Amino acid sequence: MGRRTENSEINAGSMADIAFLLLIFFLVTTTMDVDSGIARKLPEKTKVESKVTIKEKNILDIVVNRNNQLLVENANVKVGDIKKLAMDFIDNGGGLSAPKDGKPGEPCDYCNGAKDPASSDHPTKAIISLTSSRGTTYGMYITIQNEIEMAYNELRNNLSLKLYNRSYSDLKKDYKNDKSEAIKTKLDNLKAKYPQIITEPEPIK
Amino acid sequence: MSKFSKKKKGLPAISTASLPDIVFMLLFFFMVSTTMRQTDLIIKKPDLPMASEVKKLEHKSLVSTIYVGKSKDKRISGDEIQVNDKIIKVGDIISFILSERSQRKEDEVKYMTTSIKADKKASVGTILDIKDQLRDVNALKVSFSTRRGDNFKSNY
Repeated sequence: MGRRTENSEINAGSMADIAFLLLIFFLVTTTMDVDSGIARKLPEKTKVESKVTIKEKNILDIVVNRNNQLLVENANVKVGDIKKLAMDFIDNGGGLSAPKDGKPGEPCDYCNGAKDPASSDHPTKAIISLTSSRGTTYGMYITIQNEIEMAYNELRNNLSLKLYNRSYSDLKKDYKNDKSEAIKTKLDNLKAKYPQIITEPEPIK
Repeated sequence: MSKFSKKKKGLPAISTASLPDIVFMLLFFFMVSTTMRQTDLIIKKPDLPMASEVKKLEHKSLVSTIYVGKSKDKRISGDEIQVNDKIIKVGDIISFILSERSQRKEDEVKYMTTSIKADKKASVGTILDIKDQLRDVNALKVSFSTRRGDNFKSNY
């Protein structure tokens, strides 16, 4: 009885391990749920109906019916072909751009297209029209939108590599890291050279 | 000389006693900062289509989400629209957007984005109706929520 047992300390060494386990559990289980998608800007609704005459050749007509079948310029195509058709159409550069600020239109000096006079005049004039049926499935609709987006992105990429030796997507990443004015002007320039003009007329019944 | 030789002891071990505290601090930080905010879906979870050219949605607080999908009830066949834990009609989207706007600061309204999370089997008609309503209320920034991938065959 003479020997008093000393209150030995509880070993806290494993505490860290327990905490680590908890930490890793939370790290793994919490999904941040990043929402990503195809961004689109809807056209504003205007009361005044403006009458603009657009030449038939400046419109790429994409029609999709309720059975998810596609017509591009009245020809039956597959979804995967849209990107190429759209690129050829936008990049054609067969004519002059719209006159701006009193200056006459200029031919497209950065286009690599076929310069076919029967296709679009200028990328800034090229309109893509997507007519869908109410019965088309949303998946098909998104795939088409994605193809169109791909066409624009590739054209911008090509031009960007030529002008700045850096692809459009890389420039966008750069801008995210460094919000400098210089990169923004480049991006705006590319967007102005290949503006996204997509119209969606009333759906077919 | 003996004084010097005494100093030749090994380095004392770094005390790891505070390690748990550091780790716990990290743990609490993650526990507090991760918000589990998620609306309970009344409709069937939409199976998002795939797309490759996606853009991440930033400023999550400025995003209002509209879900479109099938009802859980098999007898109802059409598409259902859900916002904020309730199923609504297409015509109610305007009031939904207005109420979302009233919760934000006035100067932030123009940066607000509407994310449409629709099932890939939903019909475009429903989506077009929603878009029309959004145009009516001037909520023009829209994101069609997708999963990132290249397998477009699964979309249709």
